[in-house]
Amino acid sequence: MSSGSLSDDDFAGSSDFDEEYDSDDGSDMEYEQAGDVGFSDMITEKQRKKAYEVDFSVMPLADILSAQSSASNHVAGILGVTLDQAATLLRAFKWNKERLVERYMDNPQEILDQAGVVLEEDVSPVVKRPKGFVCMICFDDSSSGPALALRCHHVFCQPCYEHYLTQKIVEEGESRKILCPESGCNVVVNEQTIKKAVPQAVLDKYRKLQDRAYVADLDILRWCPAPNCENAIECRLPYSSFTSIVPTVMCSCGYKFCFGCGLGDHQPAPCGLVKMWQKKCADDSETANWISAHTKECGKCQSTIEKNGGCNHMTCRKCKYEFCWVCMGPWSEHGTSWYNCNRFEESSSTDARDQQAKSRASLERYLHYYNRFANHEHSAKLDRDLYTKTEKKMEEMQRTSDLSWIEVQFLKKAVDVLTSCRMTLRWTYAFAFYLAKNNITELFEDNQRDLEVAVEALSELLEKPIEREKIAELRQQVLDKTVYVGSRREVVLEDTAKGLAEGRWEFFTEFAKV
Amino acid sequence: MALPKRIIKETERLLADPAPGISAIPHEDNLRYFDVIIEGPNQSPFEGGVFKLELFLPEDYPMAPPKVRFMTKIYHPNIDKLGRICLDILKDKWSPALQIRTVLLSIQALLSSPNPDDPLANDVAQHWKENENNAIQTAQEWTRKYATA
Ligand SMILES: [Zn+2]
Ligand SMILES: [Zn+2]
Ligand SMILES: [Zn+2]
Ligand SMILES: [Zn+2]
Ligand SMILES: [Zn+2]
Repeated sequence: MSSGSLSDDDFAGSSDFDEEYDSDDGSDMEYEQAGDVGFSDMITEKQRKKAYEVDFSVMPLADILSAQSSASNHVAGILGVTLDQAATLLRAFKWNKERLVERYMDNPQEILDQAGVVLEEDVSPVVKRPKGFVCMICFDDSSSGPALALRCHHVFCQPCYEHYLTQKIVEEGESRKILCPESGCNVVVNEQTIKKAVPQAVLDKYRKLQDRAYVADLDILRWCPAPNCENAIECRLPYSSFTSIVPTVMCSCGYKFCFGCGLGDHQPAPCGLVKMWQKKCADDSETANWISAHTKECGKCQSTIEKNGGCNHMTCRKCKYEFCWVCMGPWSEHGTSWYNCNRFEESSSTDARDQQAKSRASLERYLHYYNRFANHEHSAKLDRDLYTKTEKKMEEMQRTSDLSWIEVQFLKKAVDVLTSCRMTLRWTYAFAFYLAKNNITELFEDNQRDLEVAVEALSELLEKPIEREKIAELRQQVLDKTVYVGSRREVVLEDTAKGLAEGRWEFFTEFAKV
Repeated sequence: MALPKRIIKETERLLADPAPGISAIPHEDNLRYFDVIIEGPNQSPFEGGVFKLELFLPEDYPMAPPKVRFMTKIYHPNIDKLGRICLDILKDKWSPALQIRTVLLSIQALLSSPNPDDPLANDVAQHWKENENNAIQTAQEWTRKYATA
């Protein structure tokens, strides 16, 4: 098990865009060994834990396996049951050893019945068919042939047992509690029986499912969501703390994600806020598109009305409310002067306009934050595209000149940092959307702006055409800006994390735990 | 594909020794498909009614439960507009040792004791909980209207 928390050299590592480029880990290493001055101060700070960092450790699959067997061993020793039985009992208690042992001491039989364990000396599940046997699954009544039974003595023929278990494991993905095939029987099919009844491939699948279930059952564990990664992350913070801490973790495979909700890193926004924001965006994305300057809401039912002719006499298609397009007042009060609206200041139309203005303002406010949120995501992609182009150019330069491979790597590092910062910026806009404005938020907005300015400056620098003669100069500029951008991101993350921990931020809405 | 021995035997027994108030007859051209009739149990709001159901044995029967659906309209908190039935043994409590007969007996029992706490038809369940007598009356009316030959 390797321990650690996020540090500066990590933050460039991964992003939501991992699929879109191939990050070459080796290159980063070599680059840092080259000891570039630009990053030295960041590296020395590595040991100090930041306000936005949490403690966690990476658990490879082998550790997950041994954790299960050591828990089973321990419980088997205390309760005097077999390993198989201990594991079944532990599963029924979501691997809470202490509670299991405590409850078991109080009333062993009740616990055994609940968990579906029958204590009896370890007998083989393979049995002889009893006299007059009929398999209640296939109705086979031949007197010979393999059959299996658990300690409840419900006998079924071997092919049916195999078929049944395969259905449960492969089709239904069940592993926690597979019961005896008999209707209403609560005895759990133990691993020994499964081993005897199914082919190796199904047994392997069963064990894999058990590992999945083990990690899922323990709040302190979460699988790394990166494709093909078999590690889990262990983090001992309680879920209730995730309203004030954003638990970003990084797997040894390089993927950085949120331990609380499993999404890609979303600092500085807490999980609950992220969930709310995503829901809002999903609900409003269409709305945002169809509402344009050409539509207004009906003063009565708030449904949207599009003006497509020149006439100002409007009728809401939904509630049939008739009103004037110009002043939004009811048409009935217009008399015959409809062609020249003169009722602009009348109270009924002012009210209507107020309401209109209110819902417009709230939409505009949302769009303000949403556009910035979406824009950074889009820009990060453009940065990547640009980098791919530049990289090709640099490779060519490398071939045609005396530039070394290491010397052209500064761009990759810069783009990694840039992507990472854009992801942070993106979430600062979701964060800001729910933030109530007061003196404290001004500082946040300043920090946000500083990061944004720094990010755009670096991004611009990367767009510059690369000339062979000026490459040393460009390199220095890029390195300096990269360090600066990284430090601005630090400031934003430190401040938001501290504010969350101190309860300094005032949000419009309560957001729930994960 | 040849019909498994289990289905053949089950069908034989269903025909030879039907459960009281229940009949299940396989289609001639598809022996996995049954026309089912369940009589409304005595002392239930469905008394006097004759309910048609369809029952289908899927490819992986008996590992997977049969699919059963009411064809006759019925006012019951655990049966929805489309005739789908909310019954545990047709879902997670299914066991391959259960049979068509036991399934149909369970459905008949469900008619005797509706369970509005585990509803499939929410509006009906609500009605049942708020005013049981009135809901029973509606069920009786529906039985008269839709389930009498
Ligand atoms: Zn069998
Ligand atoms: Zn059993
Ligand atoms: Zn991983
Ligand atoms: Zn999260
Ligand atoms: Zn309207």
